[in-house]
Amino acid sequence: MNWIAELKDITKIFDGITALDSVNLQIREGEILALLGPNGSGKTTLLKILALLEKPTKGEVYFCGKKVTDKNMPQLRMESTLVFQKTILFNTTVYGNVAYGLKVRKLPKNKIDNEVSKALKIVKLEGFEKRQVKKLSGGEQQRVALARALALNAKLLLLDEPTANLDPKNASIIEEVIATANRELKTTIVMATHNMFQAKKLPHRIALITNGKISEVGTPAEIFGRLSKTLASFAAVENTFTGTAKVTEDGTTLVDIGNDVQIVATVQSSGKVSVFVSPEDIILSKSRFESSARNVFKGRIVEILDLGSVVKLKVDVGKSFTVQITKRSFNEMGLNINTEVFLAFKASSVQII
Amino acid sequence: MEILDGIVKAFQLIISGDSRVLEITLRSLFVSSTATVFAILWGIPIALFLGTKNFQGKIFVKGFFNTMIGIPTVGLGLILFLVFSKAGPLGLLHLLYTPTAIIIGEAILIMPIIVSFATTAIESVDPEIMNLAKTLGASDDQASFAVLKEALNGIITAGIASFNRAIAELGIALMVGGNIAGLTEVLTTTISNETAKGNLELSIALAIILLTLVFGITLVTLAVSSIRRRRK
Repeated sequence: MNWIAELKDITKIFDGITALDSVNLQIREGEILALLGPNGSGKTTLLKILALLEKPTKGEVYFCGKKVTDKNMPQLRMESTLVFQKTILFNTTVYGNVAYGLKVRKLPKNKIDNEVSKALKIVKLEGFEKRQVKKLSGGEQQRVALARALALNAKLLLLDEPTANLDPKNASIIEEVIATANRELKTTIVMATHNMFQAKKLPHRIALITNGKISEVGTPAEIFGRLSKTLASFAAVENTFTGTAKVTEDGTTLVDIGNDVQIVATVQSSGKVSVFVSPEDIILSKSRFESSARNVFKGRIVEILDLGSVVKLKVDVGKSFTVQITKRSFNEMGLNINTEVFLAFKASSVQII
Repeated sequence: MEILDGIVKAFQLIISGDSRVLEITLRSLFVSSTATVFAILWGIPIALFLGTKNFQGKIFVKGFFNTMIGIPTVGLGLILFLVFSKAGPLGLLHLLYTPTAIIIGEAILIMPIIVSFATTAIESVDPEIMNLAKTLGASDDQASFAVLKEALNGIITAGIASFNRAIAELGIALMVGGNIAGLTEVLTTTISNETAKGNLELSIALAIILLTLVFGITLVTLAVSSIRRRRK
């Protein structure tokens, strides 16, 4: 097994605050590695060190078998690229953005044109070359940022929360692109995420990171197979609850998460568990309606977060649930803080670890 | 009637392409634009530093440049006169009463405008643009250039405001230039001098040219930047 990058005893301190604490991590050539951890756990700092944009306070970074020094850093930086969590674009055309790295590498014009259109095809933005990026939707902008990174054919692609704050359609396109890039272009990928489902689906390995330390590294099956303490400890992720599960007579599982809220799940489990419901899987209505959903709760909207094309709502049903709906539904339903609403989701949408 | 007569004659002067009017106008344009270029050359690196780096006392440095925007031209003119005069520290260079002295003086005068405006423009650029350019393979210089490109509209505004201040100021041009006919006469000094002498037609002609230049350049820039914005 070949390592493409290796972090040895990396510590990073910003203004007296330790962002990373003696981190050791090896990235295998050709793998997708997910850095799974809550916000503020050090994922972004770790990615920036891997991208050779930040220097560690202590420790050594190896890249493609070479120890990274001040001297070879700019050269080695060419071999990897980072896609930031917040979409950052140059205020110009789609072409101008995707071609930037290729122009820096002084490729001939016809080769640049070719690579740009190839990269745009992968992210499903064919023919978008002449569009101004500021006029694109948030999801399209993030796809341009991804295309700009893919066009470089870098050995190591680093993605910081690539689907955070995106609507499900754009998120699934990006997940598909990540899988394709890894499978067909053989790109090694390290992605930071706090989304457990993404961590379960895409990567070959997962590194759990909390408070600047890596606590566990393993395959998704290994990490999710046992109720990891680390995993449970940052269960502050949206719609993650801990509770007591028992299997009912009809073969489903009833999980009591406290405050008189009981969740029905199809996966059988008992004892202390963590349950997750994806914000996109919850249907929100203003009145109770008959459906096949086994979980229906009445509550009030306590928080509204406008994310552009989608809106995230926090609904208090005894426990606080996050629901994601489109902006259009939000406007048409005339929702506001304190509006009384019903939440419904299927027992099969509930995941238990 | 005297005024009306002056205006009519002023237009005749302009239309006839009077050689003195032309010479003064061209010298003014040359002096002010050269001063603007120099101010940009040494102001932009300062703005880039102030806009992208954090250090102790930054607020004082920024405050200094902000205050310097309003410096009285006569005050700066006097200081430069003393510096360039025979007994002054740079007296050996014999710069007093030359266009070069005006250029240096105006470049010092307008640099704070460049620094302040450009710093604000650079600070409004996403701080990760620098890292973005680097992770796409750019060198440090190329990354800095990417930041400047994002701040271009603000920098152009800074350049125009500086040029307007330079071409319209009187104190420095008069004190270190001396308004010597055929050598250091510029629009503002000539307007002032000829008005004092009662030569209204020339003064009015030059004032019309000065105002047209200032308005014209500002309008063209506004139009260009609005077209750029609409395209985006």
